[in-house]
Amino acid sequence: MIKRFLQEVGEYKRDTILTPIFTAAEVVMEVLIPYVTAMIIDQGINAGDMNAVLKYGGLMVIMAFCSLFFGFQAGRHAAAAATGFAKNLRADMYRHIQEFSFSNIDKFSTAGLVTRMTTDVTNVQNAFQMIIRIAVRPPLMLTISVIMCFVISPDLSTIFLVAIAVLAFALIIIMMNAMTTFNVVFTKYDALNASVQENVSAIRVVKAFVREDHENSKFKEAAGNLKKLFVKAESIIAFNNPAMMLVVYGCIIALSWFGAHHVVAKTITTGNLTSMFSYVMSILMSLMMLSMVFVMITLSLASIKRIYEVLIEEPDLKDPAQPVTEVADGSIDFNHVSFAYRQGTGDNVLKDIDLHIHSGETIGILGPTGSGKSTFVSLISRLYDATEGEVCVGGRNVKDYAMETLRDKVSVVLQNNVLFSGTILDNLRWGNPNASEEECIAACRLACADEFIDRMPDGYNTHIEQG
Amino acid sequence: MSTKPKKQKMNKDVLKRILGYMLKNYKWQFLLVVICIIVTAVCTLQSTLFTRTLIDDYITPMLASGSPDYGPLAKRLVQLAGVLLIGVITAYSYNRIMVNISQGTMERLRVDLFTHMESLPIKYFDTHAHGDIMSVYTNDVDTLRQLIGQSIPQVINSTMTIITTFTSMVILNIPLTIVSVCMVMIMLKVSGQLGGRSRGYFISQQKDLGAVNGYIEEMLTGQKVVKVFNHEKKAIEDFDKLNGNLRESANNANKYANIMMPVMANIGNISYVLCAVIGAALALRGYFGLTLGTLVSFLSLNKSFSMPVTQVSNQIASIISAMAGAERVFRMMDEPSEFDEGYVELVRIEEDAQGNITETDRNTGKWAWRHPHKAEGTVTYQRLQGKVNMYNVDFSYDGKKTVLHDISIDAEPGQKIAFVGSTGAGKTTITNLINRFYDIADGKIRYDDININKIRKQDLRRSLGMVLQDTHLFTGTVMENIRYGRLDATDEECMEAAMLARADSFIRRLPNGYNTMLKGDGGNLSQGQRQLLAIARCAVANPPAMILDEATSSIDSRTEKMVQEGMDALMEGRTTFVIAHRLSTVRNSDCIMVLEQGRIIERGTHDELIEKKGRYYQLYTGSQITE
Repeated sequence: MIKRFLQEVGEYKRDTILTPIFTAAEVVMEVLIPYVTAMIIDQGINAGDMNAVLKYGGLMVIMAFCSLFFGFQAGRHAAAAATGFAKNLRADMYRHIQEFSFSNIDKFSTAGLVTRMTTDVTNVQNAFQMIIRIAVRPPLMLTISVIMCFVISPDLSTIFLVAIAVLAFALIIIMMNAMTTFNVVFTKYDALNASVQENVSAIRVVKAFVREDHENSKFKEAAGNLKKLFVKAESIIAFNNPAMMLVVYGCIIALSWFGAHHVVAKTITTGNLTSMFSYVMSILMSLMMLSMVFVMITLSLASIKRIYEVLIEEPDLKDPAQPVTEVADGSIDFNHVSFAYRQGTGDNVLKDIDLHIHSGETIGILGPTGSGKSTFVSLISRLYDATEGEVCVGGRNVKDYAMETLRDKVSVVLQNNVLFSGTILDNLRWGNPNASEEECIAACRLACADEFIDRMPDGYNTHIEQG
Repeated sequence: MSTKPKKQKMNKDVLKRILGYMLKNYKWQFLLVVICIIVTAVCTLQSTLFTRTLIDDYITPMLASGSPDYGPLAKRLVQLAGVLLIGVITAYSYNRIMVNISQGTMERLRVDLFTHMESLPIKYFDTHAHGDIMSVYTNDVDTLRQLIGQSIPQVINSTMTIITTFTSMVILNIPLTIVSVCMVMIMLKVSGQLGGRSRGYFISQQKDLGAVNGYIEEMLTGQKVVKVFNHEKKAIEDFDKLNGNLRESANNANKYANIMMPVMANIGNISYVLCAVIGAALALRGYFGLTLGTLVSFLSLNKSFSMPVTQVSNQIASIISAMAGAERVFRMMDEPSEFDEGYVELVRIEEDAQGNITETDRNTGKWAWRHPHKAEGTVTYQRLQGKVNMYNVDFSYDGKKTVLHDISIDAEPGQKIAFVGSTGAGKTTITNLINRFYDIADGKIRYDDININKIRKQDLRRSLGMVLQDTHLFTGTVMENIRYGRLDATDEECMEAAMLARADSFIRRLPNGYNTMLKGDGGNLSQGQRQLLAIARCAVANPPAMILDEATSSIDSRTEKMVQEGMDALMEGRTTFVIAHRLSTVRNSDCIMVLEQGRIIERGTHDELIEKKGRYYQLYTGSQITE
């Protein structure tokens, strides 16, 4: 799964690699600066040496500028890498969704796909940026500090090892619990958004039946349930910070007790103990940051999984390996075709259709609502695949054609008309992107639509919203 | 330039509004959070200060004495453990309470937003892309979660630290405090500058995100069209353009937010050096009674003074993006609701033998208009009949271009009025005026001789059944969808309505009959089946007047005939407005209106109009040929 996501870095590989490098340089500066401040205090101020103060002060200013430069670069590249990653991810998902059949889309629902491509991708983008930018910092700080501790006193350092182990265990438990709840939360969240979407598109029905209150109470209940789940999930996360503090404080107390013994036994100096305390702080600060990164990753893991589900979804309908790109003629053959929307249910909408139409014939299909007329037609342009038997156009099975060729050659006027945002002209050009304005107007005259279009405020350039 | 200060002011108002939202229901909880944060901060301070105490008060004396006594240290450590434990508990408490506050506020925000959306006029939905509206719920509300849950506690925490440190600094040395404060001023100035830039990009990021959201939704809804027209390539191209825009603005927004932290931290470092140099100079000359020991303590305070400022500025990114989101949320909430000045109400009545009307709560199936007269303080009742009159009505969608001219209609109770005419002639628009989806520009519409402006909108709409041009169904069972027409209808009543609409037979053939779940706008039903359901839904409402907008347009002739029978039964004793393309379905109307370019050009019964040999005759004979 991770590998699949790393592919999305694409052309932003350079930024992705540069970010941790610059961050590492920044961390080195950050670790060194306290040494210089110690110099200012020990050799300058405590010694009463103004020159030393100026010398180390100057050095620190230079280092501050270096650190600023590295930090600036790290920030810049991190933004470029993370947003680029998100862009590629969205583009990839979108391309993949374009190949989806209707049953693929139904599986996720339109609202679900929209949330996955926006909210979820934003979550992952933030997590990605966090990982390449901040996640390098704590491990690096942690390693440097632990090494320094071991140099000073391997004995006392075991305290840290125990603490880190305890903390890691606690974090894992917290994360695992939160994950399961968050998965449920996101499903409910989809459902809530779906109901908003339903209301937006059916607002006329809602208003015509005066069902605003009814819809409001339905929504209120759903939002209340969502809240309960969110509270449940986030209260698990709320243990994170206190758990961390508990471990830090435990370390401080243990270090005070055992440290005091060591100092009195003269195995370490007072100065060493003070340094140990400052390393405790920096180790635990890094752990604190790490736990923040964990929270972010936990939150985004659910999103990552949801995105991954979309990416690995196999489109039901696929082009053959060697697609045919020519349609010989307009003949259509149904050879004992049966079709069910849900395979294996036995709910066949079409049963054993055997029909042969010659090129150029006009065929009328009659039957009551739900008898399968639209389904029948959908099979010709391969919006669905036949469950049994085969559908042939121009003497070849529709599965042999490149879908683009097939749909280019089989034109359909659908029952419910969907128009897209844009001008009327834009919508007309759906049929043929290269059509001139004159051709579009001629087509409208043919469809007797020119009359009403002329009466629109801006004629053919009138902007229409969806629906 | 003149617009900039105004924008910032608006931003402040937005923040105020969010805080107001949060505090309204959670005043005490929030106070508790603040207290817990303070306690936690004090406890944390204890742990940092303890190092010095440990060395000065315990280790140094123990080193000096020959036989060290660990008793006092153990006692002190137990004490410290107790204090720190309190800190851990308060830390958990505020984290946990904050979850309640932030999620509770989010819930209220969502519900308020939805409730307000339901009250918006149809015009709002006409003029805003549906995906954009959705984006407010999915993307913009989400950004507020982080603001309330994380940024606000962090800001409070940092503010506490700044206050305590500042106090200690003032006590130690005033000139150095001034230097430190000056540097913090610079930090604030710089963060303001960077933040301002970042904010602009965050706003465009939210906007671009909305655009992407809208585009995806539109393309998915129209997936069938995309596919049959082989439009995938173009759809991908357009998407890439929007996606590129989003990356551009997101990149800039994040860049400025990211460089904030290093810039702040290093100004902090420079502040440290400045204090050290100036302090050393002062201390060596003995000015302001500054000793070297005090200077060392001051320098550590200087660090803990600039750190919280850095932390807060680090939160600015999420605050800014939340502000951008909140602005869009509140913009929608500030859209004016549908205006309703009506005072005539629809009430259930009982009638005694003398024909006297009394109000009742019982479901009598009889309704009346309750007409209060303010001047006399009396109430009169008038039986609901379903009479609709339009007098010289003009209408325009945008206030500029009139789409209906001088429309007059008289529909007596029980009559069937049909509208025919070419697409875009204004047939649907007329029906949308009767139930006040839109308000007329000029003229009068009366329902049972009451001006519809005086009738409460919800009562007016309740008295009018509607089957709309495109059918929308809701997630839920078939039964629930039929019951949508009248929420207190029993299962039997729903089934009767379905039978009347001739929907019963197909429903029974569904896998779970009336309990079959419908999803995604009834996507698993055929277009005709969905329309039959919409008719059943209208039938169960049992209104005295009905509007059928192309209800039969996509039902095949056999089903249409079935529906027609049901419809005729349903129309018995009801005023009905029918819009249909197939003229055969409107033949038996009491009056047929022929519309052209927003005007009624012919009216009369079928026979009269045929005799006239005008436009209707042309349409009728023409359609006979093509059908």
